[in-house]
Amino acid sequence: MKDLIMNKIGLPRLIITSLFLGVFFLGAALGLPVAQQITDIIKRMGMYGILVLAMVPSIQSGTGPNFALPIGIITGLLGIVISLEIGMTGFSGLVGAVLISLPFAVIVGYFYGRLLNVVKGAEMTIATYTGFAAVSAMCIFWIILPFQSGTMKWPLGKGLRNTFPLDNSYGLILNDFLAFEIFGVHIPTGLLLTFFGACFLVYLFTKSKVGTETLAGGMNPNFAKASGVNIDRNRIVANILSTVLGAVGIIVYSQSFGFVQLYLAPLMMAFPAVASILIGGATAQRAKVSHVIIGVTLFQGLLAVALPVANEVFPEGNLSEIIRMVVQNGIILYALTKVNSNGK
Amino acid sequence: MENKIKPQLRLQEKKDIKEILRQNIVVIIFTVLTVIGVILSDLPFHFMVRELVSRIGRNSFLVLSLIIPILAGVGLNFGIVVGAMAGQLGLIMVTYWGITGIPGILLTVLIATPVAVVLGWQTGVLFNKTKGQEMIAGLIVGYFANGLYQFVFLFLVGTLIPMKPGTPMVKPDGIGLRNTISLGSKHGEGMKYALDYVLQVNVWQLLIAAALALIAFKIIRNRKRGFKTPVASLIPNMILVVVSLVILLVPTFRMLANIKAPVVTWLLIVGLCLFNILIMKTKLGQDFKAIGRSQHIASVAGINVDQTRIIAVILSTVFASWGQIIFLQNIGTMNTYGSHMQVGMFSIAAILIGGASVTKANIWQALVGVILFHSVFIVSPTAGKVLFGDAQIGEFFRSFVVYGVIGVSLGLHAWKAATAKKKEETEE
Repeated sequence: MKDLIMNKIGLPRLIITSLFLGVFFLGAALGLPVAQQITDIIKRMGMYGILVLAMVPSIQSGTGPNFALPIGIITGLLGIVISLEIGMTGFSGLVGAVLISLPFAVIVGYFYGRLLNVVKGAEMTIATYTGFAAVSAMCIFWIILPFQSGTMKWPLGKGLRNTFPLDNSYGLILNDFLAFEIFGVHIPTGLLLTFFGACFLVYLFTKSKVGTETLAGGMNPNFAKASGVNIDRNRIVANILSTVLGAVGIIVYSQSFGFVQLYLAPLMMAFPAVASILIGGATAQRAKVSHVIIGVTLFQGLLAVALPVANEVFPEGNLSEIIRMVVQNGIILYALTKVNSNGK
Repeated sequence: MENKIKPQLRLQEKKDIKEILRQNIVVIIFTVLTVIGVILSDLPFHFMVRELVSRIGRNSFLVLSLIIPILAGVGLNFGIVVGAMAGQLGLIMVTYWGITGIPGILLTVLIATPVAVVLGWQTGVLFNKTKGQEMIAGLIVGYFANGLYQFVFLFLVGTLIPMKPGTPMVKPDGIGLRNTISLGSKHGEGMKYALDYVLQVNVWQLLIAAALALIAFKIIRNRKRGFKTPVASLIPNMILVVVSLVILLVPTFRMLANIKAPVVTWLLIVGLCLFNILIMKTKLGQDFKAIGRSQHIASVAGINVDQTRIIAVILSTVFASWGQIIFLQNIGTMNTYGSHMQVGMFSIAAILIGGASVTKANIWQALVGVILFHSVFIVSPTAGKVLFGDAQIGEFFRSFVVYGVIGVSLGLHAWKAATAKKKEETEE
């Protein structure tokens, strides 16, 4: 019985769940408003959800977690910046940003997928550095691209600002769509609908012909190859999808945050997303949509409740940031030690 | 470098020029990039040389600490960040106790070394569990350890670890260390220049002495082995002597002529170079080489692969902790929560730029890499300013180069490995 629970849930997930619940009840015991806590958990879950979802296709295709998520994020940011530059606002602005980013994400994702096909066996490290290099190259372009919009540009000097607000365009537009309060908990209906909608679409993809073939290729390349599956093409398709989800993910994230962050902000964004899906029960070779929902709720939920609780207990310093670092990187290391034993 | 290539040439019946170009392509690209940067940036030449001399002193030891794990097949050890943390732990304690100068350095090393051994051992164990993924594991270990490091120095210091009230390095509320810790503003005060200023000698005189000593060493060694030293093999050293003499004697180069070098620091660097060469001649070194070539064959031959890999990582971590001490005593200001984080990435970029790869590295590649990488570092902000009117662009370009060069060389390595595997499969 004990072994069954261990294998089904896994030690790290058990630790993090108990940590999450422990911190949550500690917060309640310290007199922090529970409704506010739950509001924060739900908001952060919706905010980060699609970025975590981007891990599903890449893991299923066998290329491992998409450590090059910043590439997708950059194309999403490009979509936002262009949509604002041509003066789009409201829902059409949000949709416009997604549509503008799509061709970029597809093209970049295609070449990224081809790159991964050349470097089989070392995808994760190379993905990380491809992401890093792309972010720093894009930093140069944020400075030299000729955007004119006043909200985005530095009033003096060259280039776009590090951070600029979306309040005059489409900040919080999804969060506020059909939003309501129940027992003091704010439910961002539009945000949740978008997240679960995206989850459903990815689920449909995994059940499609290409999706099942991709999964087969990722789990057992030799067998899939023998059955006539074009593994390399499927890996490219999966990574295009992952890049597109990264782009959509950052657009949803930014509208929920209310601000757009450029330059070095995307540099480290892949790691929390990777950690989330691993906490949800995925490994570097297997992932399902359900892992995304569980993982992002647990990890972002933990961080959402840890922040006020840590501030209550340790008013000085940023203890929740340290918890994030240890949990996030600890779970990634744990997953890496499992890569071999699963017989890759 | 020069001397290294030439005997090989003779041995392998003169590879054609194309092959030589192909093998040294990274070095060539960065040499060209440096030259372009130097021309564009228009910085005074003596400033660049002075800057380069001090950067060689403070970074070479860290870069050299990467060589052993590469030869042992562990790959690029991103985990040296953990060693750097151990070095900083020592520096923090010594600065807190107010010990300065050489005793301070010795005590720092005494504290840092056992900590680095333990951390390196743990990193090595982890690398054995993540074989094939050591490099991403090393990167993440750095981030993970950074979380624990911050926990110790932001929360435990002043609460669990008692500190004297009013210590300048502790935050005003008494809990946690400040973001920056001064190691002194000049020599004699704190740990600043504790090693560098033990003995400062004019860099050109030092180069002349070193070159002459090398020439003498070569002639004596060759005579012992019973053949005459060809004059051609001494030319690079002679050029060095002549150039140094010209700089010292011609009044036009007065600004260049008075640059000084930290002798003790340089001697330590030479010491690590010699260690890296000599250890490969021992049994342990041969084991490194064997598991670097093939873990399977090595284990069949009776080598304890896992244990040897752990030893390689421990050595690297310990050297990295010493390297970080050398680095920080030169800088003089410790960025408590940031100084260690860049160490892995920058050192790895440097050794790769010098022409090393995931499986091959030697001291010359490390040293050439430091020179080229830091030349690019020195000139890129001003070159960016001249080219685009913005110094920030140069800095972003610089980090692009760091990430790009690591990504590309790992990519090339994986690509070669994949094609070799494919070839093997088709041959079967």
